[in-house]
Amino acid sequence: MDSSSSSSAAGLGAVDPQLQHFIEVETQKQRFQQLVHQMTELCWEKCMDKPGPKLDSRAEACFVNCVERFIDTSQFILNRLEQTQKSKPVFSESLSD
Amino acid sequence: MEGGFGSDFGGSGSGKLDPGLIMEQVKVQIAVANAQELLQRMTDKCFRKCIGKPGGSLDNSEQCIAMCMDRYMDAWNTVSRAYNSRLQRERANM
Repeated sequence: MDSSSSSSAAGLGAVDPQLQHFIEVETQKQRFQQLVHQMTELCWEKCMDKPGPKLDSRAEACFVNCVERFIDTSQFILNRLEQTQKSKPVFSESLSD
Repeated sequence: MEGGFGSDFGGSGSGKLDPGLIMEQVKVQIAVANAQELLQRMTDKCFRKCIGKPGGSLDNSEQCIAMCMDRYMDAWNTVSRAYNSRLQRERANM
């Protein structure tokens, strides 16, 4: 394999496509992992009373629901923000306010 | 030359970078970072659940902490599975 393209990666537009793909895949995986960390933390507060010898079915169902509702919430917020942004921009480009 | 993370990018002194080796090392670093994140959050949660008023030692709390760790892992796995399922469903609906 000719490494001339990868060894000059510091230059512009000379990124190894294999590396590029790798970065995209790993970035995606990390986004997933981060959200799992975040949701586990949040849902633990909501679903876990006293840690027992095993995760009972009610707690397990709570965690599943929690994940679903979190994603729903996230989507709802994005959609509604998009709508309200059209009529009344929240993040205005000018700082004249 | 020292081992350890990130100190050798597969150059082996030849001046050429091996993408394969870089990718493997990056994967390891990512895995380590995730493990650290998990540990940090788990410690936080289990400290809150198991330690009331901090005493002179851990003795009474150790069993609670041990159970808490296992339950936290169970929770993490459940969340991971549920999130994965949701993503699959979203993709199927697109």
